[in-house]
Amino acid sequence: MDASAEARLAPDPTRMQVLEERLLDLEKRLAQVEGQVAEDRVALVVFSGDLDRVLAAFVIATGAAAMGQQVSMFFTFWGLSVLKKDSQLAGKTLFQKMMALMSPASSKGLPVSKMNYFGVGAKMLRSMMKEKNVSSLEEMISLARELGVRVIACEMSRDVMGIKESELVDGVECGGVASFLADSLKSRTSLFI
Amino acid sequence: MSQVFDKLLDARGLNCPMPLVNARKEIGKLAVGQVLKVVATDRGSVADFQGWAKVAKNLDLVGQETESTDGTDLYVHYVKRTA
Repeated sequence: MDASAEARLAPDPTRMQVLEERLLDLEKRLAQVEGQVAEDRVALVVFSGDLDRVLAAFVIATGAAAMGQQVSMFFTFWGLSVLKKDSQLAGKTLFQKMMALMSPASSKGLPVSKMNYFGVGAKMLRSMMKEKNVSSLEEMISLARELGVRVIACEMSRDVMGIKESELVDGVECGGVASFLADSLKSRTSLFI
Repeated sequence: MSQVFDKLLDARGLNCPMPLVNARKEIGKLAVGQVLKVVATDRGSVADFQGWAKVAKNLDLVGQETESTDGTDLYVHYVKRTA
């Protein structure tokens, strides 16, 4: 091998340095992009306490979980009724007591958004669903938990309505808007129900 | 078309989202490369299983067929675990 060929094959230190810098820069930018890419996540806000709407939320949640998505459900305002296991009156203000008396004591007491007729409509829908062998809301709730769906109760609305943590079913996290957004910003799908 | 399968899941009479949810549970019990046969009566399951296969990274929908027995339509799905 002659001298000129050897020189051509020898690594050029400045060129190597430039390449290394570009590589580092690319790695940094890739890490940034990776942080912004949506993950396999679904985030749902359940604002409504209507049986039909809540059912839709749980069908989506359990379906998404079955499809391998990480699902978060954030329950706020009327949606909190879904998470209640019973209703207590002790230690509540007058308005909070009134609210407790007028809202469902648990998921079993949810009204339908249309044609409720003091609960007759909800009972009718439940029996029609049973007839068609559709899982009940309570079955879907426990199924969602089984599939690892994250359940968050909105701290602020819980506090305003005077719903105590002891009135909620077990295994519910309490959180604020940031805990929902932390999940929804990384989600491909976010729904407000 | 008749497809070879390792496990059979009877999802007859179940409605959305249960055929999918139960299939998901069953596929987790299979070894990689094994095929789950799901028999459903829910017509929506045809599109549901296609959607599932599109999204999930660890399975393939290797076949779908519709059978008619005694006036009821059966929707059959073959799902293969790939990872």
